[in-house]
Amino acid sequence: MIVSAEYLIALAGNPNCGKTTLFNAITGARQHVGNYPGITVEKKEGFYLLNGLKLRLVDLPGTYSLTAYSMEELVARDFLVYERPQLVINIVDASNLERNLYLTVQLLELGVPVVLALNMVDAAASRGIEVDTEELSRRLQVPVIPTIARTGKGKEGLLEITADVAAENPPWKPLHISYGTDIDPVLDQMEADIQSSNFLLDLYPARWIALKYMEADEQVLESGRKVNPELSNRLEETADQVAEHLRKTLETYPEAIIADHRYGFISALLKGGVVQNSQKSDRLYLSDQLDQVLTNRFFGPLVMLLILYGVYKFTFEYSALPVSWLDSGFTALGNFMESVLPAGLIKSLIVSGIIDGVGGVLSFIPLILFMFFSIAFLEDTGYLARVAYMLDRVFRTFGLHGSSVMAYIVSGGIAGGCAVPGVMATRTLRSPKERLATILTAPFMNCGAKLPVFAMLIAAFFPARHAQMMFLLTILSWIAALLLARLIRWTILRGPSTPFLLELPPYRMPTLKGLLIHTWERTWQYIRKAGTIILALSILFWALMTFPMLPESRKNQFETERQQILSQLPKDARISVTRGQKKQSDVSQASARAIHRIKEINEAEARATLQHSYAGRIGMALENLTQWSGFEWRTNVALLAGFAAKELIISTLGTAYSLGGSSPEEEVSLSQRLVNDPQWNRLRAFSLIVFIMLYAPCLATVTCIAKESGTVKWALFSLVFNTTVAYLVAVLIYQGGLWLGVGG
Amino acid sequence: MPIMLLRQMSVGQTGVIAKVTAEGELGRRIRDMGLVPGTPLKIQGRAPLKDPVAIKLRNFTLSLRNNEADYISVEVDEGE
Repeated sequence: MIVSAEYLIALAGNPNCGKTTLFNAITGARQHVGNYPGITVEKKEGFYLLNGLKLRLVDLPGTYSLTAYSMEELVARDFLVYERPQLVINIVDASNLERNLYLTVQLLELGVPVVLALNMVDAAASRGIEVDTEELSRRLQVPVIPTIARTGKGKEGLLEITADVAAENPPWKPLHISYGTDIDPVLDQMEADIQSSNFLLDLYPARWIALKYMEADEQVLESGRKVNPELSNRLEETADQVAEHLRKTLETYPEAIIADHRYGFISALLKGGVVQNSQKSDRLYLSDQLDQVLTNRFFGPLVMLLILYGVYKFTFEYSALPVSWLDSGFTALGNFMESVLPAGLIKSLIVSGIIDGVGGVLSFIPLILFMFFSIAFLEDTGYLARVAYMLDRVFRTFGLHGSSVMAYIVSGGIAGGCAVPGVMATRTLRSPKERLATILTAPFMNCGAKLPVFAMLIAAFFPARHAQMMFLLTILSWIAALLLARLIRWTILRGPSTPFLLELPPYRMPTLKGLLIHTWERTWQYIRKAGTIILALSILFWALMTFPMLPESRKNQFETERQQILSQLPKDARISVTRGQKKQSDVSQASARAIHRIKEINEAEARATLQHSYAGRIGMALENLTQWSGFEWRTNVALLAGFAAKELIISTLGTAYSLGGSSPEEEVSLSQRLVNDPQWNRLRAFSLIVFIMLYAPCLATVTCIAKESGTVKWALFSLVFNTTVAYLVAVLIYQGGLWLGVGG
Repeated sequence: MPIMLLRQMSVGQTGVIAKVTAEGELGRRIRDMGLVPGTPLKIQGRAPLKDPVAIKLRNFTLSLRNNEADYISVEVDEGE
């Protein structure tokens, strides 16, 4: 199709007005998600072809207003001002017009051409609400189209009108409304002043600038001071005088007066039969009735526990099978490469560095897919808002937000989660400080990869108390996460809590299409990340554990020992031994002994290689520090490897203690080995468990922290902060234990 | 009719907002959500730990913390 023209159209509206549903209904799969540069607000773009026209649609973040307070609002406003879309489709919820039109009024004040999509007219009608669209359109002077985003009804009509209006390319025409006798005359005077000085007029209309000076809008004031400090000062002084006057006479301030008049304008707009409500306003709708149970003092928390547990079960149980497929797929790929590639560095790099590293991370994909699906479901039904509502009192005590609970649970608040989807789950949190504190503390939870390490150490040192120990560790991780969140919010993220004011939207059945799009786009972002940064870091870790290699002389020594054993065997036995035949029946007793000896030599070589590598050297150098927490170099190397992925702790400990592989039987023998080692005892094991619980998040998580917080700074912070905390606590436990005489 | 703080109202009580004293970001957010003088509202419920409070106004449900509700005075309807 030949595209004759392309128009840029923005979609704006309140959260929960069905904006994203409409966006999905229009663009379908022809959309992509990115981030606005430098910040974590999602930018969704898609297009629609209509009779040779290309409509490029941008889904702005859902906002209630166009002030400069939140990131979302700034993004929406800057997009309108700097990208100059031909028009804005403003989606409003028909059953909640008054509040939804507050944003509309601000769009009209800015002057951008608007087409109003009166959404969810079906839900409104079922509540007895009828809107006279023609009259509303006449009074607002903008086209008003009734739509039902869930079914796509009204979408074509909306887009046709949109294309017609866009083709006319109407100039921006700011709406003038009266803000009362105290403000209007001053506004007129400021407007004239701005107009005659050509002040910021390339960006905003004059009256809007005056209005923003009156509202003391930080962003506009700042750009004004840069362009023309003299005029900016004068405008600020004028606004201050009005503010002073209002404070003295009415005990109020300009912003409040302006908002009052906007709402006054809206009520006048809807008067005289524009909105008819045939039902009594105090009627309890199904949604309210549901709330009476779901947020009830007794049943609310109970149902919530069940639902959260259900999400957890769904995410981790149903994803277990596909995760194991991916896992065995990568193992098979590794084995295949192992068999076809010639022995040497390249093989080691591909098998141990790339396939193990990236494969370990990509195996999480089903988990992330399921987690995002559950969260999208809870979010779209409106239940997530209730969770935040019920738990806010608890989490606020620690400087967090009611919505933080989701991230904690997914990260392993019920032991066995994963911090990667956990960190990503904070996206539903709109308060920046609370969100960051949640991101930084969620990795303290006991994720699924820490559990096998705990299980091994518990089996070795606390065999009779397995369940109690696991429960204790779960409680400990919650305490640690909440207390450290409090600490973070008192120090580096200090500041009052972000206003809560959370809308509890009516319960709704989400659309499958919406859920799938939502789930897929977030999962895809994760996959892209794994392909780049995690690949590079996996290779780095492989190099640390591989280089420098053992000097030739020592390698030869091991080789000589092996040859010596082989030479003592008859020739035919020698072949079966070197081929590594394992069946006892196939080999003689002498050969079996030889195989065992050679295995021991291989293990000794692996241990020597590890000790000789940079990782081994770092491990030994760290003994100076870690002697206080009770770890020697083998543990240190394992912990270092655990930073790449916590699963590696066991296999690395195995290598360091000369045990090959990490199959289940050998895990048992590793714990046996540790029990028999005189250096190990309960105290040391417990100190290590707590250290593993708290120390640096794994590579995948750190990458996610960098992405979700928008800067690498916080990722590095979490590395240093978590490890420091872990170390201090471990030292406290170990030294305290020694002092009490527990260890020994 | 008596004027009281939104925090002091009990579940099921109705009234009309008389005054909003919050300034700055909180003030702006409160107004953005439609809590301006003259707006009728009803206390819909309280969270299990008595905080936050859920109110119904302009046909939607909004929850806010008690310390945020302290900035809002309401002229309470009598005889209910």
